[in-house]
Amino acid sequence: MKPSRFWAWLTFALGAAYFFIPLIATFEFSLRMRRGEYSFDAYRVVFGDVRFQETFAYSTIIACFTIVIGVLLVVPTAYWIRLRMPQIRPVVEFITLLPLIIPAIVIVFGYIRMYGSNSPLPFLATTRGTDVLLMIGYATLALPYMYRAVDTGLRTIDVRTLTEAAQVHGAGWTTIIVRIILPNVLIAVLSGAFLTFAIVIGEFTMASLLNRPAFGPYLQNIGANRAYEPAALAVISFAITWGCMSVIQVLARFAPKSANNPN
Amino acid sequence: MSETFLSIQGVRKAFGQTTVVKDFNLEVARGEFVSFLGPSGCGKTTMLRMVAGFEEPTAGRIMIGGKDVTNLKPNQRNIGMVFQAYALFPNLTVSQNIGFGLKVAGASKAEITDRVKEMLSIIKLEGFGDRYPYQLSGGQQQRVALARALAPKPKILLLDEPLSALDAKVRISLREEIRAIQKKLDITTIFVTHDQEEALSMSDRIVVMYDGKAEQVGTPFEIYNRPSTKFVANFVGTLNVLDGTVVDPATATVRINDRDISLKKGQLNGAKAGDVLSLALRPEAIVLGKQDGRDTNLGGQISDVSFLGSVIRVRVGLGKNAVSLDTFNSPASPPPVVGERTEISFSSDDLLVLH
Ligand SMILES: Nc1ncnc2c1ncn2[C@@H]1O[C@H](COP(=O)(O)OP(=O)(O)OP(=O)(O)O)[C@@H](O)[C@H]1O
Ligand SMILES: [Mg+2]
Repeated sequence: MKPSRFWAWLTFALGAAYFFIPLIATFEFSLRMRRGEYSFDAYRVVFGDVRFQETFAYSTIIACFTIVIGVLLVVPTAYWIRLRMPQIRPVVEFITLLPLIIPAIVIVFGYIRMYGSNSPLPFLATTRGTDVLLMIGYATLALPYMYRAVDTGLRTIDVRTLTEAAQVHGAGWTTIIVRIILPNVLIAVLSGAFLTFAIVIGEFTMASLLNRPAFGPYLQNIGANRAYEPAALAVISFAITWGCMSVIQVLARFAPKSANNPN
Repeated sequence: MSETFLSIQGVRKAFGQTTVVKDFNLEVARGEFVSFLGPSGCGKTTMLRMVAGFEEPTAGRIMIGGKDVTNLKPNQRNIGMVFQAYALFPNLTVSQNIGFGLKVAGASKAEITDRVKEMLSIIKLEGFGDRYPYQLSGGQQQRVALARALAPKPKILLLDEPLSALDAKVRISLREEIRAIQKKLDITTIFVTHDQEEALSMSDRIVVMYDGKAEQVGTPFEIYNRPSTKFVANFVGTLNVLDGTVVDPATATVRINDRDISLKKGQLNGAKAGDVLSLALRPEAIVLGKQDGRDTNLGGQISDVSFLGSVIRVRVGLGKNAVSLDTFNSPASPPPVVGERTEISFSSDDLLVLH
């Protein structure tokens, strides 16, 4: 083995250990609920817990709507910027990065002040309204990922020529976006969607401060009050996130091959 | 010429301060094939895009079939267009690409299927209907793009350098194919190119463009043999330009080197004695050595010889002038040698005064 190879492998092994040891330890701990032997009791308890089912279902639904909001917001925006206003792209990129810089807690306090029951837009006056606000908040948190995913997808096609080709053959904007642009960036949109899903499932701050029965606050609550179940939940959450990532990887293989770049 | 179908009237286009198309006028007859020929950046694409509706003219009008379309959107003009970069929809099959325009227009399934089949046979790609664009060669993709443009029976077909991304062999076969399909469907066509051979071989008429203006409009024969400006003469074909000084305007006599030559009458356009004129001479109008029937000869020295296969291109220096000419390659006689003294002859009637 060449020395450079050796160091590469060593670095890799260290990184892998750093990543996997806590995970394995957590997993091992989660199996020890029954004294003296390994069992999946902790998982059985978690899955049997009504609150687990309820919060998980709630977060899943919220995640789905968040994805819809994100797609409706980001795809036309990113498309339009590529087509007509490439000069403002840096500005939009900066704006989409803001949710990474501004802590979620700041955003949610802003929401609470802006959209209280006495405000002109009283989102917080009703439960449904609060749910909507939560989705909008999540769409914001997911914006950096969604925007980048879609924008990268758009880069692989010749947006302008395809648009003109569709236009000259009679298509209007809706047809262009639905039949031409969206299908060609579908894989990118889906990876954005799975990232959004992973974010929403684990999010704590917004759900907690808006007092919604989401999965994140449930995780936190269990973590503070039980011994083995939190370990099981951590492993479950990790599996969900990891599952989402794997789906993205698999989807990437099916990305449409672009025939529009003769060079 | 038969009735006008496309009429471009006094069109001008400016992007900010720069005027890219200047006072462009053109009448195209129904079924005519017209090429826009010119160097890069002369405004060919911009003019074509105004016909398509992607750019709005700063001034002037565009009429199609007697209807003013200047302010119509591209998707309201019923135009077919083929792009240099193919621009097939990567997510649709060949059949779906070809049927796209019909589907958007709300045609029935059966209608679309029939038309797609017909188009596939016209472009000789039967059996390729279920392929995706990335599974086709460049030439095949461009044929599909042509079929997609023609399927909805557009009023006008626009092609913007459709062959320039293809290699030489495909380019030649495809240009013949495009011309044949165009004739068969009798569709009014505008073809943008910067390749003079393409324009000369395909067109009914050519518009030679330079710096946003139509320099000359005419048949390939007229453009090639009777260029009206120095630019056209230079751009179309390989042209020799000789400087000649007017000796006697009355007899149309000019002096080239130290020989007095009488031009065809009426070419001087009011030039006075002592004026220096640019005189054009095509390579094929000149022969090496003396020849009967050619009234003028000039002495010179061979400065360059390039072997092009069936012909040999020879450059001959004549004092401060120089000309290129072609001689046929003959295995029996040795090729000209650089540095040799020689004589060229041509007929003074072939000299063309450029303005
Ligand atoms: N949207 C635009 N904004 C500003 N200038 C433009 C725009 N489009 C074209 N131009 C300018 O107009 C001029 C003509 O461009 P055009 O694309 O029509 O040239 P062309 O004849 O098609 O050249 P080519 O053979 O290279 O395609 C160029 O100088 C170009 O820089
Ligand atoms: Mg062009």
